[in-house]
Amino acid sequence: MSEDAIKAEGLTKIFNHGLVAVDHINFSVKHGEIFGFLGPNGAGKTTTINMLITIARPTEGKATILGSDIAKQSMAVRSSIGVVPQEYTADEDLTGYENILLCADLYGIPRSVSKKRAADLLNLVELTAFKDKRVQTFSGGMRRRLELACGLINRPKVLFLDEPTLGLDVQTRAATWNYVKMLKKEFGMTLFLTTHYLEEADALCDRIAIIDHGKIVVIGTPSELKDSLGGDIITLAIQKDEDITGLISKVEHVKEVKKENGSYMIKSSNGELTAPLIIEALRKNGHVVTRLSLTKPTLNEVYLLYTGKSMRDAEESREAVFQQRVAMRRSHA
Amino acid sequence: MSEESNVSKSKLHGLWALTNRELKKWYQAPFVFVMGIIQPILWLALLGKAMNIGAIFSSGALPPLPQLTPALTPSQLQVLGVYFAGMQKQIMTSTFGTADYFSFMAMSMVAFTTVFTTAFVGMSVVWDRRLGFMNKVLSTPVSRSAIILSKVFAASVRAMFQAAIVAAIAFALGLQTGSNFSVFSIFGIFAIVFLISVGLASMFTALTLRSTRMEMPQAIFQLITLPLMFASSAYFPINLMPNWLQAIASVNPISYTIDAVRRLMIFSDGFGPLPLDFAYVGIFTVVVTAICIVLSWRYLNK
Repeated sequence: MSEDAIKAEGLTKIFNHGLVAVDHINFSVKHGEIFGFLGPNGAGKTTTINMLITIARPTEGKATILGSDIAKQSMAVRSSIGVVPQEYTADEDLTGYENILLCADLYGIPRSVSKKRAADLLNLVELTAFKDKRVQTFSGGMRRRLELACGLINRPKVLFLDEPTLGLDVQTRAATWNYVKMLKKEFGMTLFLTTHYLEEADALCDRIAIIDHGKIVVIGTPSELKDSLGGDIITLAIQKDEDITGLISKVEHVKEVKKENGSYMIKSSNGELTAPLIIEALRKNGHVVTRLSLTKPTLNEVYLLYTGKSMRDAEESREAVFQQRVAMRRSHA
Repeated sequence: MSEESNVSKSKLHGLWALTNRELKKWYQAPFVFVMGIIQPILWLALLGKAMNIGAIFSSGALPPLPQLTPALTPSQLQVLGVYFAGMQKQIMTSTFGTADYFSFMAMSMVAFTTVFTTAFVGMSVVWDRRLGFMNKVLSTPVSRSAIILSKVFAASVRAMFQAAIVAAIAFALGLQTGSNFSVFSIFGIFAIVFLISVGLASMFTALTLRSTRMEMPQAIFQLITLPLMFASSAYFPINLMPNWLQAIASVNPISYTIDAVRRLMIFSDGFGPLPLDFAYVGIFTVVVTAICIVLSWRYLNK
């Protein structure tokens, strides 16, 4: 078995109309890891997933899943992966149970095995009570859970989740996060997920790749990425108008001190430890601290650093995203 | 974690599951199901009975006999009457192969119901694409041909059911069977209807394989149905058509299907070219289905 569960080298997708959706990306996902693709709508997340799950052909580059080439050994790839797509794909005219059995049939799992598995999965996603209801009567959260159950029917080693909590309420989102964590913990499953929610990437992923305009701008663990910002930021003000820059910079863990509009911006590798030390040092020298705040860096700041725009701004360029979607749709219409 | 030993290695696994899904959607929707039965009743009752071509030759449609001298005796008049009545039947039979135009047309409806039923198979391909179901299926180890064949077979089963209903209604409305008719004719009709349905469904699927737009299958349906219907022997014998239309009608697989159905049910002059009908429709179906499967390997993915 290869070392990485997923490995992509120079993976590229250019649609017929010349739109470069994914641009020479390289990354690898280790076994049992939760790996997240974070980026705004239209960044190329779904196109990357579509290539990895073998429903879109890469224009250039290659990728392997559990050692099988996605282009040359697509059947082997399909057998070993599970997919929970962005859309609700269950057949609305069938019941939840029928949908799961249909998925099992698509993997060629005999009925003797699939009936038992379907019952277990319905239990897992807490849909047993509704299994004989038609899917058209299901709520959004129930449908998501059903998609999850379908994606797990072949007991995949690698599970792909495309925007798993898109459009879900806060409660259902939290429940989904718990399922994802449980899959990793209980089954040692490798999970690849895309999201445009920063807090989701932060809460779930072992490692994150930030993707923008089809390119990976940075990969790392959430804390590595946050550390790359230079640590925590302490802002403070004192009573007297006196320069205390020298005094503060001698305190342990302090990396940088800047004076701005009468208050001090202090970068520290460990804000919680540094803040009391600074107060202590200032008091010894007869200064009175009037105001102090500690900011831990968030992925939003990471995102801002690497893409040059905040996640919110990127989200707001909806017109651009819309144009891109239209181009994608045309090129395979 | 994964249990590969549990997984069937058959190339066409999933075919039955997907076909069954299509059929379930059909028979579990009572409204669509009933509409599908009503439609052929309307065709037969309205069109079949309205086009009463036999009535053209009835005595009421002819001017009264001129007065002759000496006047015809009653027995001569009777002979003449029998002669004209026989002539009507003979003209009808030599033109349509049966004296009853309704029977002639009813059989073309049996064949033609396959076009109406299979034409919208493209719709379900487009639906599945739009709703994401297609993406889901494509990411599973089901072969592309199984995905396509499930659509084709489900449409064919529906077409056979519809054809059986049309035939039953035709019987109820006074179909006159010929001396060729026997119990085996029914098997023969199912066979030819199945063959042509698979061919047509493959053709319509191939034409909409890449489309994500609902308008596409409709446009194709409108473009293709009319020539299929009128450039065939559905309403009128091919040998009485102008040459250019004869040329089109004689390559139209529907013509051969209609001929086979008529030969099995209402004709009385032997089976003659029946093997040719089956061979032609069979070859059409094999070729079109093969093209459709090859296209599905290439075009189902993004």
